[in-house]
Amino acid sequence: MSELTANTDDSSAHDALNSTDAKPVASRMGYLIPAVLVLGLAGFVTYISYTQEPADAFLFPRLISSVMLILALWNFVRAALGKSKVGQGIAARVWLRIVPGILLMAAFVFFAAKYFGFYAASTAVFFLMYSGYDPASHLSVKSWRRRVIVTVAFMSVIYALFTLLLKVQTPRGIFL
Amino acid sequence: MEFLQYFGGVFEPTSFLLLLGGTIGGLILGATPGLSPTMAVALLIPFTFQLAPTQGLILLGAAYTSTVAGGAVSAILLRIPGAPANIATALDGNAMAKQGRGAEALHISFLSSGIGGVIGVLLLIFLTPVLAKWALAFGPSHLFWMAILGVTVIGSLDSKSFVKGLLSGCLGLWLSMIGYDDIQGAQRFIFHDALTGGVSIITALIGIFAIPQVIDMLAAGREKQNIASIKVEKHSFIDSLALTLSSIKSLSIGTVVGSFIGLIPGVGGQIAGLLAYDQTKKLSSNPESFGQGNPQGVIAAESANNAMVGPSLVPLLTLSIPGSPTAAVLLGGLLIHGIFPGGDLFDNHPEVIWTFINSMLVGQVLMVIFGIAVAAYAAKVAQVPKAIMASAVLVLAVFGAYSVQQSMGDVYVMFVLGVGMYFLEKFGFSAAPLVLGLILGPIAEANFIQGSLIANAISSPAQYFLTGSLNLVLIALVIASILWSFFSTQKENRAKKEANSL
Repeated sequence: MSELTANTDDSSAHDALNSTDAKPVASRMGYLIPAVLVLGLAGFVTYISYTQEPADAFLFPRLISSVMLILALWNFVRAALGKSKVGQGIAARVWLRIVPGILLMAAFVFFAAKYFGFYAASTAVFFLMYSGYDPASHLSVKSWRRRVIVTVAFMSVIYALFTLLLKVQTPRGIFL
Repeated sequence: MEFLQYFGGVFEPTSFLLLLGGTIGGLILGATPGLSPTMAVALLIPFTFQLAPTQGLILLGAAYTSTVAGGAVSAILLRIPGAPANIATALDGNAMAKQGRGAEALHISFLSSGIGGVIGVLLLIFLTPVLAKWALAFGPSHLFWMAILGVTVIGSLDSKSFVKGLLSGCLGLWLSMIGYDDIQGAQRFIFHDALTGGVSIITALIGIFAIPQVIDMLAAGREKQNIASIKVEKHSFIDSLALTLSSIKSLSIGTVVGSFIGLIPGVGGQIAGLLAYDQTKKLSSNPESFGQGNPQGVIAAESANNAMVGPSLVPLLTLSIPGSPTAAVLLGGLLIHGIFPGGDLFDNHPEVIWTFINSMLVGQVLMVIFGIAVAAYAAKVAQVPKAIMASAVLVLAVFGAYSVQQSMGDVYVMFVLGVGMYFLEKFGFSAAPLVLGLILGPIAEANFIQGSLIANAISSPAQYFLTGSLNLVLIALVIASILWSFFSTQKENRAKKEANSL
């Protein structure tokens, strides 16, 4: 099986294949941070469940949040003892690759889609993400031409599917 | 034989076209590495809003069936499993393709998928009504424990850490409580306007399954994909059919293992394929030929992963407990069309459910025909650069989430949940129990409240929820699922320590 993965690149299937053998790339602190965040969330949910009114509306949340808090505490203790290295974590080079993409997505979702219009923002983000992560040369005119053609073709399909077929009214913003 | 009455519905023009479209589209999506069957079905749900419930379900069912089978194309031709369910297929399928037997491998892969799939759907047809009648005897306390069992089983089996698996389930249950409480009319956990209406299941499904895959594709950066497809030589279909039909042992192991695994909530096709492959290899007179291009390996793996599809819907349709993450997404699809699984499903919506199940049977045949026809093209789609796939999935996810209620709030929720799930998954948390918690949360809470009201009238809540033979069986199963996961985690850790010390 290791031979199989050696020849392939990342995908969910490969992650599944590798999952039992993959060595963690994060440090003990790397595993502790999510454990602390989950514990904080569980504590917050439990606090709200036990303090908000009407109490009857929070009966089930109390039950679930109490179990969640116990599990989050258990998870935190295991992480603090270095026994919670499940999951690969995220390597530094992966952070460098995904952060620009996540920021671009966030700008699209929280700002551009509403203010520039759904189609204008989607076209821009498709083109930027494709161009930014495309292994093809950024100096070749041919590559840029292909990027423009793929973007226009894909967005035309999206327009046909959502606006013409499903009649979805999208926010128009400044542009379209 | 009630299902025979509803066969005509499958062949109505719109339904049949959707079945055809879902099958062909699913085959292509399944062949694309990085696009899991679960994500494909989640992204398709918004397209079913405009359709009648039966038609919407036919589309989703066809996509579910064919994405699992389509994953074999890239596993055989590119040595990249399109989905985790096709990992075992790649072992011998790719070796066959390298020996110039790519067409034969594709033929037997789709034929065995079809045979396994048909047997799986027949099990669904004959088991579901029996279980549904049995489920009619369930009261609120039993349904509450069933919902909790669904979360604990998937949390225990689908995760590599039982604590993190159960925590994921609890997170899902909590997400399901956000919004207005219909009974008390109170606001719960509404921290932002986008959460006023609660977390829409479809929005959450799209975010949880699509956004992590987008980020995963971005994690490859600008590295060139070294994917070289193997040229497919022509091969006699009749010979492949004869080989498949004569492989009774491999087909039997595959379908039995796949069907059994499908019935167990949360286990999924990956395990089915690998387990069937392993058993076939062990029982073979020539085990060393496995991994070197033995067709029996492909037949066992593919018949198992498609035999799993039908039975995975049995607990879903009767008890609201999905047998796989993709079945959990299908449950979301059922709920948005106002169809609530349970004991009375076959009494309330016989036409919808039987037409849907029948379409899965017809879909198996279409999958075999079109699978073989489009395999070569599907392999080309698998070579589409990840930058395009990531951008396309992102835009589809945003449009899909927006179209649920035409609300930007849904897009925000989808994105936040998706990014959060990416980071959680990297640190061992699991999407399947979280999704199941989100879906089963309202069922668990409604039955908990209803049960509490009954309990206050006739006895105490403790007596109502903790006594009675069925309650005790369900509680025992909840505890057993947790303990099994706990001890298997301990065993795995000990094995790792021993391996490290050697």
